[in-house]
Amino acid sequence: MIYLDNAATTKVKDSVISAMLPYFTETFGNASSTYTTPGQAARKALSEAREKVAGCIGADAKEVFFTSGGSEADNWAIKGIALKNKDKGNHIITTTVEHHAVLHTCEFLEKQGFKVTYVPVDEFGMVNPEDIKNAITDETVLVSVMFANNEIGTINPIKEIGEICREKGVYFHTDAVQATGAVPIDVKEMNIDLLSMSAHKFHGPKGVGALYIRKGVKIDNLLHGGAQELGRRATTENVAGIVGMAQALSEACENMQEKTEKLIKLRDKLIDGILESVPYTRLNGHRTKRLPNNTSFCFRYIEGESLLLSLDMMGYVVSSGSACTSGSLDPSHVLLGIGLPHEIAHGSMRASLSEFTTEEEIDSFIKAVGPIVQRLRDMSPLYEEVERKD
Amino acid sequence: MYSEKVMDHFSNPRNVGELADANAVGTVGNAKCGDIMKIYMKIEDDIVKDVKFKTFGCGAAVATSSMATELVKGKTIEEALGLTNKAVVEALEGLPPAKIHCSVLAEEAIKAAIQDYYDKSGIEKKVECSGNCAHCHGHHE
Repeated sequence: MIYLDNAATTKVKDSVISAMLPYFTETFGNASSTYTTPGQAARKALSEAREKVAGCIGADAKEVFFTSGGSEADNWAIKGIALKNKDKGNHIITTTVEHHAVLHTCEFLEKQGFKVTYVPVDEFGMVNPEDIKNAITDETVLVSVMFANNEIGTINPIKEIGEICREKGVYFHTDAVQATGAVPIDVKEMNIDLLSMSAHKFHGPKGVGALYIRKGVKIDNLLHGGAQELGRRATTENVAGIVGMAQALSEACENMQEKTEKLIKLRDKLIDGILESVPYTRLNGHRTKRLPNNTSFCFRYIEGESLLLSLDMMGYVVSSGSACTSGSLDPSHVLLGIGLPHEIAHGSMRASLSEFTTEEEIDSFIKAVGPIVQRLRDMSPLYEEVERKD
Repeated sequence: MYSEKVMDHFSNPRNVGELADANAVGTVGNAKCGDIMKIYMKIEDDIVKDVKFKTFGCGAAVATSSMATELVKGKTIEEALGLTNKAVVEALEGLPPAKIHCSVLAEEAIKAAIQDYYDKSGIEKKVECSGNCAHCHGHHE
């Protein structure tokens, strides 16, 4: 199997598993059990993990709160800010191409009476900071813009948007689930107030993530109960998961530049290889301002799911934003959001790399895609019309 | 997610292609919805002598087209008109709920082709639901 769906999830590294294992067996204590040795050991592990994660994003340890994943972090950031600051205003700004964890949370808040502005993006999926600036009103309490897009990989001008929000006195949240561990992040330098991350995107375990909350940010809790996570989030801590996340993120941030250079080389080889070998194909997202591991294409005249199935039968695992794979009637809102017509958006394919991806795998994949696309086009009544015109 | 039969008809579709001497052609669906089926038939003496298809769509769309053509090949017009989407689903040993509309499309494509044959041959008959009767958002059951 050649796995090119690392934007969906990644393999947990052996070193991460080794770091986690003792916390299931020997050091299984509840971090809230004050006077027990296992409790103390668990608390120590949590505090070290918090330090590590904070260190990777330029935050203080007391600003990092572990969650069950990226979606919870997004829900917490948006609902928590909206509810806590509703005396100040009821307006939220986000973009049309956010992850559903952000979009559906905003839609939920709209039903509760909040107002949401969905700022459009350009043809690459990039947000113009000026558009954010112009959308801010006296009622605005939160701007939420993703760091990098999960489907098409485009990286947003986060620092500039953060600067605008800071000037205007509006909280700035960024969903950095795809970006954390993949590109350098410094929450202080980038003027970020809240940042969501998820461990399983950077070779950590599933079911654990974190929300960075800048000191001084006024936010309501999402989960009520015990006083875990400095009184901010109830639920007995997932100690092993948190330790795994910290280990994975530390490793991801080690030699990041070196790893990134290698990934970008492979990514660009894949992009060039596909664009050169398959006609009527477009790259989605920005050519250079994109995640080092993301490629996204649309192949005209074919539908994404049949491409996915064909590749899967040959052992290549990728994903698509076609309606048939999303389980809805419309193709991906991201592809529609960058202005693609439905019929082109239906023919999308995302191939996402990891540090384990080899050049041989990329070569093999490039060779496989062309003939499969051609086979599907030969079956397609849309392609028949093109051939006739030629 | 798909049955073995669906995967078989997707990876080795029967009757794929065009028919140069077709006297019945039916196209249903549209690109916006993500699936188009085009059925070619050669009808002689009320018999579907030959049938081919071309499909733009997901795995289920290809498999239902393939199966539908198999089910009407060599049959009388009457029998071909009697083909239901349910029969296509059963022959494929089931489809996921979200993919049932593909079988509806396949049934419609066969009917649209026969309507085309009637129209071209000056036969004044109307096939019930002659293609495009279901829209994108009406397909799902």
